[in-house]
Amino acid sequence: MDSLAPSTSSAAPANAAIANEAATRPALRLITCGSVDDGKSTLIGRLLYEQNLIFDDHLESLERDSKKHGTTGADIDFALLLDGLEAEREQGITIDVAYRYFSTPRRAFIVADTPGHEQYTRNMATGASNADLAVLLVDARKGLLKQTRRHAIIVSLLGIRHVVLAVNKIDLVGFDQTVFDEIASAFRTFAAGLNFKHIEAIPISARHGDNISARSLHTPWYDGPHLLDHLETVDVGDDRAGKPFRMPVQWVNRPSSDFRGFCGPVSSGSVKAGDAVVLLPSGKATTVRSVIGPGEDDAARAGDQVTITLDDEIDVARGDMFVAPRARPQVADQFAAHLVWMSDDSLLPGRTYLLKSGHSTVTATVTELRHRIDVGTLSKLAAKTLTLNEVGVCNLSTARPIVFDAYADNRDTGAFILIDRYSNETVAAGMIDFALRRATNIYHHDHTVTKAVRVSLMRHKPAVLWFTGLSGSGKSTIANLVEVALNARGVHTMLLDGDNIRHGLNKDLGFTEADRVENIRRIGEVAKLMAESGLIVLCSFISPFVDERLMVRELLGDGEFIEVFVDTPLEECIARDPKGLYRRALAGEIKNFTGVDQAYEAPENAELHLRTDRKPAEVLANEVIEEIVRRNIL
Amino acid sequence: MTWRAANTRLRRLEAEAIYIMRETVAEFAKPVMLYSIGKDSGVMLHIARKAFAPGKLPFPLLHVDTTWKFREMIAFRDAIVAQLGVDLLVHVNEDGRARGVSPFASGSAMHTQVMKTEGLRQALDKWKFDVAFGGARRDEEKSRAKERIFSHRSASHGWDPRHQRPELWRLFNTRIKPGESMRVFPLSDWTELDVWDYIRLEDIPVVPLYFAKERPVVKRDGTLIMVDDDRMPLLSGETPRMMRVRFRTLGCYPLTGAVPSDADTLDAIIAEMRGSSTSERQGRVIDRDESGSMEKKKREGYF
Ligand SMILES: Nc1nc2c(ncn2[C@@H]2O[C@H](COP(=O)(O)OP(=O)(O)O)[C@@H](O)[C@H]2O)c(=O)[nH]1
Repeated sequence: MDSLAPSTSSAAPANAAIANEAATRPALRLITCGSVDDGKSTLIGRLLYEQNLIFDDHLESLERDSKKHGTTGADIDFALLLDGLEAEREQGITIDVAYRYFSTPRRAFIVADTPGHEQYTRNMATGASNADLAVLLVDARKGLLKQTRRHAIIVSLLGIRHVVLAVNKIDLVGFDQTVFDEIASAFRTFAAGLNFKHIEAIPISARHGDNISARSLHTPWYDGPHLLDHLETVDVGDDRAGKPFRMPVQWVNRPSSDFRGFCGPVSSGSVKAGDAVVLLPSGKATTVRSVIGPGEDDAARAGDQVTITLDDEIDVARGDMFVAPRARPQVADQFAAHLVWMSDDSLLPGRTYLLKSGHSTVTATVTELRHRIDVGTLSKLAAKTLTLNEVGVCNLSTARPIVFDAYADNRDTGAFILIDRYSNETVAAGMIDFALRRATNIYHHDHTVTKAVRVSLMRHKPAVLWFTGLSGSGKSTIANLVEVALNARGVHTMLLDGDNIRHGLNKDLGFTEADRVENIRRIGEVAKLMAESGLIVLCSFISPFVDERLMVRELLGDGEFIEVFVDTPLEECIARDPKGLYRRALAGEIKNFTGVDQAYEAPENAELHLRTDRKPAEVLANEVIEEIVRRNIL
Repeated sequence: MTWRAANTRLRRLEAEAIYIMRETVAEFAKPVMLYSIGKDSGVMLHIARKAFAPGKLPFPLLHVDTTWKFREMIAFRDAIVAQLGVDLLVHVNEDGRARGVSPFASGSAMHTQVMKTEGLRQALDKWKFDVAFGGARRDEEKSRAKERIFSHRSASHGWDPRHQRPELWRLFNTRIKPGESMRVFPLSDWTELDVWDYIRLEDIPVVPLYFAKERPVVKRDGTLIMVDDDRMPLLSGETPRMMRVRFRTLGCYPLTGAVPSDADTLDAIIAEMRGSSTSERQGRVIDRDESGSMEKKKREGYF
């Protein structure tokens, strides 16, 4: 066991070990933003270099790389220090968020470096979501660009309150004070409409090192701090400890029957043994018996990870939240929020997404897109959808109530992400503004005649047979044959298809992706009502998207939704073309036609997969009947 | 509150690692912690025990043994496992062993690919883990600077740098499809110095190879290689010399360069590091070719 002897041979007390100031504060998390070529990478590289923080072997490979890919001739190209992925480096661009770490005796820093291309709002939002301070770079020769405003707006939207305006390449304008003053004052005027607490404007030259980690002799007219001095001393006011107590339950720790602890982060405020707290959403009141970790004093505060135990045995699950009884967060299933859209697939109002906030994940839909925000000007624009890198204000509705604060009050409990249920991609970042009250006024009435009572009058169970497939695949033909056969057996049925829906209930909808989603949502709700009345409902719709079919499936009870994939090769549908639609779509006369210029997402796990190119429609219709018999619906 | 105040920076890093570990255990069905025996693994294991106390670790450790680790590493591993009472799984790529793959016979790149990268893939598939903790830090290497904390891997364990999910706030998207997996890096935001400072603060045991001692080494291609056992073929004119050296990272002994040093205590190591002008990976033979090489390995499923 020799190797396990404590490794410290000096008996120095642990706390005395780190005497420097940097140890006593959390690292400052900052994000650098600027347009391409403003000098972001050069700036960070220079900061590291001046702190002697570049290791010899890195410097060696930097010198090698500078000759190969650099833009600075014989000088070291500091920008190359920050670029990481091969392909990007070859193209000379940074396309993602990269993190850099450095530390001076006074403070440790975590730098998120984000790219300056217009289309990368997504990456900036990502980097900004965890940052306390933003360094906005401006090229002194170009002044404030639309990009700079855009970056400032995103940074403000994500809740960063401290900004450094780094007016770079001041060497290229002859260290001219008027240029600097004009840019600084233009920025202050513009930023008056944003939520910044503090703006520090500094004239710098990243390439030559002016005002980076020492005052420059070239700018005698500037009497503010140099960049590093400011970063080392700025107080980003972590005021979370002074706010009301919030502790989302992340994990329930039950190693044995005599211990039940609830683990999670203290997002704001503080907690100690004996505190009265309330658990949401249930609203149960309880008392904290003990606080385990991080310290030994049975107490914790914002930023700590703790395990608490309670005096009583109330039900607690992941996703619940312990809160201060007299300053509670909101509990609602409808709320307004800002969304930053991050996916190539646009937002579809009405589609169900997964919403993760804190430690609970629920299904959610955007019920209304109020407007889009032009992040160059902050103006509101009418919009039906949000595409990649767009920002909008929406109303959302969740399947269950969630517990939250306004993002402006608490970045941890007011933020959420949206996830696509099919691809699992993170499609949006959300910041909650406020709860919507109207949801709370619709009460569900308890009726006496329930679904079960209605069904008892029928000689069969209710079901929804959902026929999906390309236009011309044979959905309606087969559905019709099935309905005839069911009718002959005395089954109460209803057939929904484009003819009776598109001309009535949904006549206001077109064929854009968003309208198709809404189309299916309404059909799903109607089919559900009919199933509740006891019918077997046959639905015949192209319904090209996996997500919408899933949405209808989830509206219905277990085993009630039977997806029938009417599978006919596209060429065959085009050859059949019963209504001449493919011909017109191929000629460009009809837009958004499934199979032509809009994708059909084939079902992967349909209850029935009918191949019309192998068997005649009558045989396939019979297979559908057999399936519902097999499922004990008849 | 002096407990926290004097070490706020480290306590915050520790808290974040705990948060990441608990989130993983809450969201995944079958986690595992990769245990490479080095200092980062040691820190990760130490924090995991805090995160799940008073219970046992809700996952096993996994060591992918290339069969060329320093003997002291294996002894340390077995002692730690016995002392802490944690579950350890060891996997060796038996196919590679049968084929006689070794750093000397096959070259460093092939050896690492077969015994480490493929070995890891085999182990993850064998036990069907859907998530694996790794001790990698973003400051280690350029391509890691852009790595996520929750890093998505395809069913064939590949890493696609262009299709990574944005990581917003501390809201990790942990969803995967059947067969896919995640690698989770709780120490992402730690630096090498943070790791040593924390080891000292918490008095965490580490493999003695990190401390300077007289050891038998030969100098090969400018790197000091320790002759750890008699499997190492000596070239003509090579005789092992006793030198006072230590290691900054640990791996397969033929691929791990020693550095001359007198630092035989933690304080001395930390002092040495603060004054150091080379990075820890400098001693790794496998990284030296091109700075893009780590990225290539990651795409193929290296950690
Ligand atoms: N003269 C001068 N050139 C600079 C300065 N900062 C950056 N550059 C140059 O501007 C170019 C773009 O810099 P880079 O750091 O790659 O910009 P990024 O796209 O914002 O990361 C490079 O050729 C730099 O050498 C500066 O302060 N003065």
